[in-house]
Amino acid sequence: MKTFEYTVKDELGIHARPAGILVKKLAGVKSSVKIEVKDKNKSADAKRLMAVMKMAVKQGDTVTVTIEGEDEDSACAEIEQFFKDNF
Amino acid sequence: MIKGTGRPVYEGVAIGRIFVHSKAHTVTNRKCADISRELELFNEAKEKARAELEELYDKTLREIGEEQAGIIEVQSLFLDDLDYIEGIEDMIKQGSNAAFSVHEIGDAQASAFAALDDEYMKARATDIRDISDRLIRILTGAEPGFRMEEPGIIVAEDLTPSETVALDKDKILAFVTRQGSSNSHTAILARVMNIPSLVLTDIDIDPQLNGRTMIVDGFAGNYYIDPDEETLAAMQDKKKRAGEYKAGLENYRGKPSVSKSGRCVKLFANIGSPDDIKYVIEGDAEGIGLLRSEFLYLGRDSFPTEDELFEAYRKVVEAMNGKKVVIRTLDIGADKKVDYFNLEKEENPALGYRGIRICLTQKDIFRTQLRAIYRASAYGTVAIMFPMIISVKEVEEIKSFCAQIAGELEAEGVRLNPVELGIMIETPAAAVISDLLAEHVDFFSVGTNDLTQYTLAIDRQNEKLDAFYEPHHEAIMRLLKLIAENAHKHGIWAGICGELAGDLSLTDEFLRMGYDELSAAPSRILQLRKNVIESEV
Repeated sequence: MKTFEYTVKDELGIHARPAGILVKKLAGVKSSVKIEVKDKNKSADAKRLMAVMKMAVKQGDTVTVTIEGEDEDSACAEIEQFFKDNF
Repeated sequence: MIKGTGRPVYEGVAIGRIFVHSKAHTVTNRKCADISRELELFNEAKEKARAELEELYDKTLREIGEEQAGIIEVQSLFLDDLDYIEGIEDMIKQGSNAAFSVHEIGDAQASAFAALDDEYMKARATDIRDISDRLIRILTGAEPGFRMEEPGIIVAEDLTPSETVALDKDKILAFVTRQGSSNSHTAILARVMNIPSLVLTDIDIDPQLNGRTMIVDGFAGNYYIDPDEETLAAMQDKKKRAGEYKAGLENYRGKPSVSKSGRCVKLFANIGSPDDIKYVIEGDAEGIGLLRSEFLYLGRDSFPTEDELFEAYRKVVEAMNGKKVVIRTLDIGADKKVDYFNLEKEENPALGYRGIRICLTQKDIFRTQLRAIYRASAYGTVAIMFPMIISVKEVEEIKSFCAQIAGELEAEGVRLNPVELGIMIETPAAAVISDLLAEHVDFFSVGTNDLTQYTLAIDRQNEKLDAFYEPHHEAIMRLLKLIAENAHKHGIWAGICGELAGDLSLTDEFLRMGYDELSAAPSRILQLRKNVIESEV
């Protein structure tokens, strides 16, 4: 299991379009990917677009992403970079 | 040839091709016999929707811009969403048909988004509805999207205000609806646009009608589908004669609206959006007696900004070139589908939380709107009127709020012109105490549609009640007389902006009552002027 934390900088939070790109990207990942905002007690399967959107992650929220599965090492680095680039 | 009838709402003859405007929400739960086939159909629909969205994305990017195109892109992403797709597939596996499954799951997801405590995500409910509607349209075999490549006649169950906002108005030759009433939104729009239309028709709405030739006779209330040559020739002749009558009205263009005895009345136009300005100019109106503000709020998913409102108002005020523009503040309620207002469902929206009641409760909405109107006042002659008034207390509160806003703007150095403040008289309460109200305002404008609905206790959207509906009911006539008298006793002007103002059989009566202004559909102005000039009153 791999995990990282990230504080959202985009003023719109995790809104629809980048969330969609994230979900598309994760389609190629074999591991399960969970996204949570612990402060707000919300979590979702990061491969499910509407579920991610319904978390309504805002600027300043800290998300915890947990990756678990056979390709977790490579996936984690890739996903963390994606968060830095997009959110 | 198929012949049928309906209730005419605007006279004239139209001949053209049919465009069926289908409603997505008429989907019913039909059990499907072959589940694997139904799943296949759903998959095909999904791929077709994807292809359509790609095309739409390119078009939007080209013609509108990246932000709007982004919204289309999000919709196509929903087609891959596991919760959405699996939810639909599960329902189909349990035996529901695909269209109904899409409708149910789409609705559930849209409601979940609409309930979120985040303005941006809340607005995504509209996107989910939109993608679901698209899938349903594909599955039920109706035309994809509603596009008119050429001018034609719209055939529909009924059209909601947000649906009419989206229509390409230049291409509509006529409306034919199965439901609706003389006062429905479609009927009002038909009168503004000056196109023959029928409501309450016996037409059997079927996608098969698309592209077939139809004649709408707005004089007799008849329609013909696939007309024979004889009918076509007769109707073409009728159309020509109607055109000649209209040409005769041109003699009244530019003439003062003064009766034979010298009584002068202003003939203003009612409009629903800045796009209608062209009808006002064509119709030769002397001002705008009712500019509805609802168009600024419908068909979008967040509140308009002050600048957006200002630009829209300014456009109208400038186009009128110094002629008076009476702007009515927002008159919206639970009967209009505007998700971002978060209005609760009501048993009785006509008597509910609407119009000025929303504005006086949610002052931020009111403030933005009033600031925009006051700013627009610098570009011409602006008056503001407030809907749904029932008491002096409301008027006092509104006036002090307006004074505060005007003061703030002046302090900010914004240039303003004097603005008349008036009220709609459209509740029986306001009519009865019009003597008290007149002391506090600059003018009255009678909204006869609502005044009639409230006085007669008849819902104007309920077609079953049309038989009981008496537009010239003595109670209404007495109230109208009383309102004009009370206005003049206090030295303010009185107008009528409901549909009754355009009723040619009442022009004499209104002149006798002393009304100073009549505001009707732009297409009515020349006919009204003919009436006034020929009147002995």
